[in-house]
Amino acid sequence: MSSLTVQDLTKSFTATAPVLTGVDLHVPSGSFTALLGPSGCGKTTLLRLIAGFDDPDSGTVALGDRVVAGAGRSVAARRRGIGFVPQEGGLFPHLTVAGNISFGLPRRQRREGGRVRELLALVGLDAELADRAPHQLSGGQQQRVALARALAPEPSLVLLDEPFSSLDAALREETRLAVSQALRATGATAVLVTHDQAEALSMADQVAVLRGGRLVQLTDPRTLYRRPGDLDVATFVGEAVVLDADLRDGLAHCALGALPYEQASTGAVPDGRARVLLRPEQLRLSAPDPGAPIARVRSVDFYGHDSRVWLDLPDGGTVSARLDGADLPRAGDDVAISVRGTALAFPAGHGAALPAPAPLG
Amino acid sequence: MRLRRSPVTLALAAAVAALALLPLGYIAWYTADVGWSGIRELVLRPRVAELLWNTTRLVAGTVAVCAVVGVGAAWLIERSSLPGRRIWHVLLVAPLAVPAFVNSYAWISLLPGLDTYGGALLVVSLSYFPFVYLPIAAAFRGLDPALEETARGLGLSSWAVFLRVQLPQLRVALLGGSLLVALHLLAEFGALQMLRYPTFTTAIYDQYRATFNGPGATMLAGVLVLLCLVLLLAEIRLRGRRGYARTAKGAVRPVRPVALRGLTGPALAALAAVVALSLLVPLGSLGYWMAAGASTALDGAALVATTGTTLGLAAAAAVVTTGMALPTGWLAVRARGRVATLLERSTYLGSAVPGIVVALALVTLSIRVTPWLYQTVPVLLAAYAILFLPRAIVTVRAAVEQSPRVYDDVAASLGASAADRLRRITLPLLAPGIGAGAALVFLAVVTELTATLLLAPTGTTTLATAFWSASSALEYGAAAPYAVVMVLLSAPATVLLSRDARRGLTT
Repeated sequence: MSSLTVQDLTKSFTATAPVLTGVDLHVPSGSFTALLGPSGCGKTTLLRLIAGFDDPDSGTVALGDRVVAGAGRSVAARRRGIGFVPQEGGLFPHLTVAGNISFGLPRRQRREGGRVRELLALVGLDAELADRAPHQLSGGQQQRVALARALAPEPSLVLLDEPFSSLDAALREETRLAVSQALRATGATAVLVTHDQAEALSMADQVAVLRGGRLVQLTDPRTLYRRPGDLDVATFVGEAVVLDADLRDGLAHCALGALPYEQASTGAVPDGRARVLLRPEQLRLSAPDPGAPIARVRSVDFYGHDSRVWLDLPDGGTVSARLDGADLPRAGDDVAISVRGTALAFPAGHGAALPAPAPLG
Repeated sequence: MRLRRSPVTLALAAAVAALALLPLGYIAWYTADVGWSGIRELVLRPRVAELLWNTTRLVAGTVAVCAVVGVGAAWLIERSSLPGRRIWHVLLVAPLAVPAFVNSYAWISLLPGLDTYGGALLVVSLSYFPFVYLPIAAAFRGLDPALEETARGLGLSSWAVFLRVQLPQLRVALLGGSLLVALHLLAEFGALQMLRYPTFTTAIYDQYRATFNGPGATMLAGVLVLLCLVLLLAEIRLRGRRGYARTAKGAVRPVRPVALRGLTGPALAALAAVVALSLLVPLGSLGYWMAAGASTALDGAALVATTGTTLGLAAAAAVVTTGMALPTGWLAVRARGRVATLLERSTYLGSAVPGIVVALALVTLSIRVTPWLYQTVPVLLAAYAILFLPRAIVTVRAAVEQSPRVYDDVAASLGASAADRLRRITLPLLAPGIGAGAALVFLAVVTELTATLLLAPTGTTTLATAFWSASSALEYGAAAPYAVVMVLLSAPATVLLSRDARRGLTT
């Protein structure tokens, strides 16, 4: 196992549109890092540069203290010792499960089945699957075999390129769990590319948010959710309630009343106009009460385990609240809103215009 | 993504393209060498005008007949309630198993009066209409029946639906099939020579026989190549717009066939007539001459030896041609771009040159430049490669498309070297495509006549040339067994073609 250090990496495929513009990333040895970003942000390109399938224009990639790309060096992909799990598994269709898993093993080890059984057990698959062809496996099983194949030669680093995006919801959860367990059992350093924030937050030790070819935040999942670096990151990693506010006397005065606030990590916001961030689960609803701001329920999305309530504020804005109670308001009800915890303050001009998503129906 | 264009692959593909363009280059060089006065003397004369008229009216007539028969038959099979449609489909593709020169032998040996424009039109149309029928039938299956149902819902009759909804969508397939017929016809030599219908190919052959590599033959070849290029240009322009017809997904629901009612009888009679003329007459004629020839003692040993020679040549050509197709097919997918397209198109351009012109060019070049190669197997194999490269490239290309780069990347991340990846990943994945391409080339060479006639080493006879010399000497009985073997060898390819295109009917 070794750490991964990426420094000032740039890459462009056409002269006009660079894909990566100076990415720095450090992945400690044995840790699990998620590269999170919307499609087209360059995360897959970054993965391919780390794997050695493409060469960067400038910057360096180092495994431990061994530079594998940049600074005049380009170590071939096959000599980097980096395991790769592509989207949809990419199992070799002409080989059996055993043939796939043992592909990267030395010739001598390919013959004996012991290592294959060991790896199948590691990813939670039955040894009987060894002789199956890839097309006889479910999508989740294919992903696990792909991971077993990548882990077989004991790589110093494993890269996973959106491995769960093609699976349906139930299978995805189960496969994520199996993959997490296998990675922790081997103590492998792993980098997972995903555009699914829930996947990144739930699986990784640290999350790197990529946007427009740039790394915008690298931190642990809790900090990322609670103290995002800017409002774009805030809305990308979860549902958000963003309101205009006036900061004075240590409180943020906004449509939901005067709230205690904290400064965003990007820098202190002076008193005056600002924007504040809340999460929908911080909002609490109660029967109308003259002391609290009143809102009207526009609609309710009922999910079973919890619900989202869309609220029209008196100032014309719309916010959403996430409630787990059984005692839900109905559309048209007037409710009082209270806020738990603190808001996070950002400068007024900060972030693009972020209209609250419109409720469906 | 980064282009993976190794210099070795690129050099190999460039060499293949250069070989494919050799005959064209020779004709161009020769024309320039002869100069304007030479061209005026050799080309602008009544004989060429006569050939041009003969060729043009035969191409126009054949394309028209093939279009009507092909579209009509395809509509009956794909959209009507005709009984036994699956069997009819196979019977309509089956004429492809009878080489055109065998078909014309079958007809002229029964009806010697067919050496007219009408006779030539009849015989070549019967040989070539499947070239229109197949793409049209496939296009019909690609049409969304919902469109036709919508049109019916708007009050259109079956005939109006055909004219206003189906035909416009079939336009591209129809033009493509017609161009294929035209290009084949421009290159056709055996069938027309047998019918004594003079066109450019037969005139080139006669000139070549009379004066060997004289300027007359080469200039005629120049005019012929020019005609082919015009058609090919039309084909390329057409292919650019093909997306329009291909965007339609396969039929989501089964088509409800149009009830023919009282027209069932006439429709069946028409199809039966087409099948009888295109299949039963040639097969019947072959059977007749087999029986008649048996009395004059069949030379079994010669037949076996000739078959062996043919199979050997075809196998060698299949291996060589498919090997040559690999770099081009690979680049066309993995290094998409102007260079790859240019190299791929060059091979298509080269193979559009009629066999007689390819043979003429290779004869002259080998005599002048490499006399030690003249009339040897390598030159013959080169001609086969030039003529049939696209068949191999198309299948290799499709196979490369089936094996995305991710396999290569994963194998590399697992420590496999480039040679290892070729052996353990690429070749096993490409094997079926390579095999299919090789089979197509193999079958094309088995029935190749023109280039073999001019280029085969002295003493080497193939099924086609043995058949040709016997039937040219009017020994129809002696020629029949060779034709039968060729038909039997071509049959598997035809079955494959019909099965592939029939998929829509069985599901």
